[in-house]
Amino acid sequence: MTDLFSKFDPLIEQRRALLAGGVEDPFNLVMERVISPTVAVCNGRETILLGTYNYMGMTFDPDVIAAGKQALDDFGAGTTGSRVLNGTYAGHRACEEALKEFYGMDHAMVFSTGYQANLGIISTIAGKGDYIVLDIDSHASIWDGCKMGDAEVVPFKHNDIVAMEKRLKRIPEGAGKLVILEGVYSMLGDIAPLKEMIRVAKENGAMVLVDEAHSMGFIGPNGRGVAEDQGCLEDVDFVIGTFSKSVGTVGGFCVSNHPKFEILRLVCRPYVFTASLPPSVVHTAATSIRKLMHGKAKRDKLWESSRVLHKGLRDLGFQLGTPEAQSAIIAVIMPDLERGAAMWEALLHEGLYVNLARPPATPAGMTLLRCSLCAEHTADQVQTIIGMFERAGKAVGII
Amino acid sequence: MDRAATAEKIAELIEPFNKKGVAVTEATTFAGDLEWDSLTVMDFVAAIEDDFDIIISMNQQAEIETYGQLIDAVTKLQG
Repeated sequence: MTDLFSKFDPLIEQRRALLAGGVEDPFNLVMERVISPTVAVCNGRETILLGTYNYMGMTFDPDVIAAGKQALDDFGAGTTGSRVLNGTYAGHRACEEALKEFYGMDHAMVFSTGYQANLGIISTIAGKGDYIVLDIDSHASIWDGCKMGDAEVVPFKHNDIVAMEKRLKRIPEGAGKLVILEGVYSMLGDIAPLKEMIRVAKENGAMVLVDEAHSMGFIGPNGRGVAEDQGCLEDVDFVIGTFSKSVGTVGGFCVSNHPKFEILRLVCRPYVFTASLPPSVVHTAATSIRKLMHGKAKRDKLWESSRVLHKGLRDLGFQLGTPEAQSAIIAVIMPDLERGAAMWEALLHEGLYVNLARPPATPAGMTLLRCSLCAEHTADQVQTIIGMFERAGKAVGII
Repeated sequence: MDRAATAEKIAELIEPFNKKGVAVTEATTFAGDLEWDSLTVMDFVAAIEDDFDIIISMNQQAEIETYGQLIDAVTKLQG
């Protein structure tokens, strides 16, 4: 018998070697108690959280929590059904209404996760004979959506407008075209030149899908994302987003002005063949989305924290993923996995949690310590964080 | 462009990517013999696409394992 697990042997060995060095397992951390959006008890230590996607700090918002508790009382713990059968409750509709208002769009469709939103929309709208042209650094959920569908998949170099245009121009006459971009790329925290890319996509007859998972709530004048910020949201055919970042719960969605959009509810398999979100989740999400419409003060604070942290780390001599703060993600580039893991552990002992990101999630085989800020981080916390990085970086010998 | 001319052009294009100086034959595999990572594959595919003005989609790339298969595919894709 061939052991089907033998294909994982190299990874098992790499992991064993890393942990044999005595380092705490970076992929097995337990949050024992969560004190606030920015502080938790992890592995027995009180820790500042700098690796969540809780950008707007909505997880502990009193109105959001109250809405969830009320929904548990009024609607029960779960729906036990698909959106198209018995799984659409008032809360799912309320969520979709809130999204339509938030984005100023005609249609909204709520999925059980953001991953499923990409999986479902991409695999359903791009079919056999169609072409998907996408950035090579796209999120796993986008790639998996491509793999699940029957379209021809054509990647281009990250954020390279010329490479994208060349590929669009080579697609056979008459074929359907879908260009897939992200507002913020979550590994390095860099943004896309969406305005120019979308213009080129439209000139070449393509429909455009933009994943704004990491920008919702705080980029753009109304928090609608990078496309809004660059003044091209009206040219985006499909915006994909999530409730598991700025919204502060879990779930995914697509908003669109396409006149035939609603048919997707019947043909999109990751929407049809799964249970809908629990009532407490959709009620917390709907409440949170409505509050995010009025989040300017929080947005400003988050930007300020991002800029201060970026400058602080750069001044210490760390190599960062972007020349300036482009989002709430600051990626610190590590020389290799071993020193990355050592630095991660040193920071954890200082009382700071960041994400250790490694291939295949990262571009170009990089090991990253990814910091993501929250609007609830105080100016003092940001200074504390910079001090922790300085001590840990010197201890590990990175700076 | 016929197969021979296509092969000659691809031999030129592969040169800068063949950093280990592997002797390339029609049976040489990209993942195994040349030990290319996904990034190198992308850059090499882009170089071929741009030179021949064709698209080699991911779906087609999945079918191409050897150097000989690549020459066949590019010859065919030029129509």
